[in-house]
Amino acid sequence: MSEGTLYDNVWDRHKVTTLPNGQDQLFVGLHLIHEVTSPQAFGMLRERDIEVARPDLTLATVDHIVPTADQSRPYGDDAAEEMMSELEENVREAGIEFLDPTSGDQGIVHVVGPEQGLTQPGKTIVCGDSHTSTHGAFGALAFGIGTSQIRDVLATQTIAMDKQQVRKIEVTGELGEGVEAKDVILEIIRRLGTDGGVGYVYEYAGEAIESLGMEGRMSICNMSIEGGARAGYVNPDETTYEWLAETDYFQENPEEFDRLKPYWESIRSDADAEYDDVVTIDGSSLEPVVTWGTTPGQGVGITDPIPEPEALPEEKQDTARRAQEHMRVSPGDTMDGYEIDVAFLGSCTNARLPDLRRAAQIVEGREVHDDVRAMVVPGSQRVQHAAEAEGLKDVFEAAGFDWRNAGCSMCLGMNEDQLEGDEACASSSNRNFIGRQGSKDGRTILMNPQMVAAAAIEGEVTDVRELPEVVTV
Amino acid sequence: MSGTEEIPEVTDVSGTGVPIRGNDIDTDQIIPARFMKVVTFDGLGEFAFFDLRFDEDDEPKDHPLNEDRYQDASIMVVNNNFGCGSSREHAPQALMRWGIDALIGESFAEIFAGNCLALGIPTVTAEPEDVRDLQNWIKEYPDEEIDVDVAEETVHFDDRTINVTVNEGQRKALVEGIWDTTALMKSNRRAIADTAADLPYAGGD
Repeated sequence: MSEGTLYDNVWDRHKVTTLPNGQDQLFVGLHLIHEVTSPQAFGMLRERDIEVARPDLTLATVDHIVPTADQSRPYGDDAAEEMMSELEENVREAGIEFLDPTSGDQGIVHVVGPEQGLTQPGKTIVCGDSHTSTHGAFGALAFGIGTSQIRDVLATQTIAMDKQQVRKIEVTGELGEGVEAKDVILEIIRRLGTDGGVGYVYEYAGEAIESLGMEGRMSICNMSIEGGARAGYVNPDETTYEWLAETDYFQENPEEFDRLKPYWESIRSDADAEYDDVVTIDGSSLEPVVTWGTTPGQGVGITDPIPEPEALPEEKQDTARRAQEHMRVSPGDTMDGYEIDVAFLGSCTNARLPDLRRAAQIVEGREVHDDVRAMVVPGSQRVQHAAEAEGLKDVFEAAGFDWRNAGCSMCLGMNEDQLEGDEACASSSNRNFIGRQGSKDGRTILMNPQMVAAAAIEGEVTDVRELPEVVTV
Repeated sequence: MSGTEEIPEVTDVSGTGVPIRGNDIDTDQIIPARFMKVVTFDGLGEFAFFDLRFDEDDEPKDHPLNEDRYQDASIMVVNNNFGCGSSREHAPQALMRWGIDALIGESFAEIFAGNCLALGIPTVTAEPEDVRDLQNWIKEYPDEEIDVDVAEETVHFDDRTINVTVNEGQRKALVEGIWDTTALMKSNRRAIADTAADLPYAGGD
């Protein structure tokens, strides 16, 4: 087993006891909740007459069902309104802070936590959402939980967990032009498989990771779960501390920053830490990666051929065949030129300010293809307002993008933003499962935000590095 | 109800089987997100695997859960990385409410398996050949009983006994009836406070 890693260090600091079932009981430093997976947990508490133990360590927002166009209440969708009302009642009753759309701080839970300065190194963070792994970017130990576990956390501020192994993934070198954090994680999942991380926590390290900003690190940690790893993290460093120092929380409490920093430093993986596995990837060899199939592991470099199913490991062949049928792609072809109907720039993976900036640079001076409906859904109201203030909204709108309010939106189609029929969508989100974006015949191609922008312009999957120059008349 | 509520021991589960073939079956397939716009888990059973079971006009498609012979099945037999993707407990809730009491598979995604455990549903793993044999056998004998012995880590069907693996924590929790962790953890109130007091961000220094 691993020793001296950040995972071990944080685990040890949060371990309450070993339970009779052999699992460890861990203290939870931050519990994030949203409208989809928490109502049943509050219901279970009420049935058992248990109160929320630590409302002060719990934070709520609304993201999955929130409309991104007309947000006036009651919502047009009765089911969405019911979920929102239920959450409002639950947080009011328990005294939990709720960042709702009137707060100016609402957004996707994994965008909001860091923005608020509450996602910090060395914290244990849980949420009823598998992309909670995102918060690992700050050196937190963060993982998604189910509703019965939400009940446990609400009732006790602790969780029962089995300890995992730790795999260090070292990404060396410098990322090339057009290559982003998203491409790194898609490549990792392609190589190690969608189940390669089962039983593991991923520690991301190496020059290519360390040179990323916090948003890029979040994109990588976010998709750990797509590789089967329940949690992923990056050791905190100066980039982390600088980012945290800029948050409102630490701007208002600078003495807290100085007080906590030694703790943050203390939980970093030791120089002589032992890992259960180490994988090295040459980051400088990567090109933009896009998916050709219906799992996030079915990715390919934009200039590389889609694989023959027979060339894949046996247990992946059947899934690959069915995926190629669904996506209507042929082995040997590249994804370059694959026609799209929709471009979605959003999600907890890639809807933060730098993501929108990079996409806007591609979009500027160009127009969305006539056959494409394109939308930008900022990850949070803060991202939205900052982007509007620096003119990104104007850039996107001038090109023909629809500029929406913050939420999960078309990543999973729980609001009105959905694919229709067999539409193909160039998407900056995290899952290309069949039916994921709201239509069971829909086709999702995952890619980085610049690549989404390029696809929106060209009407087909396009190598952003080959996009024709903007001609100014 | 209260914290002293009796939690059943799950030492073995018997029933007829239903094979669900395929690797990487994600929780979006087990329960599409649009059926999660609810504030209780009641009634999710009918939406299990909905998009694989019904077409655009809600007409039934070929799927094991639509076949008469599997309607009473309580043991689902699956392949590799079953339940990957979203952490939605709605997925095991939908299967449980459809009638599933145990799953046998080549492997399970972690959050899914944890969610099953929280409902007292074993997720036991077996060798790929054994899983495929069992799936084929169920197709042939849909009315025959399968016995999942969680305590002994075996599955008995036909006149065969295959070895299966149950994660140690899961086995102990199920067999000893300590899989509902709320009461178990709540009783450690003092130790929880002590742990928090030692964490600089949660009150300590």
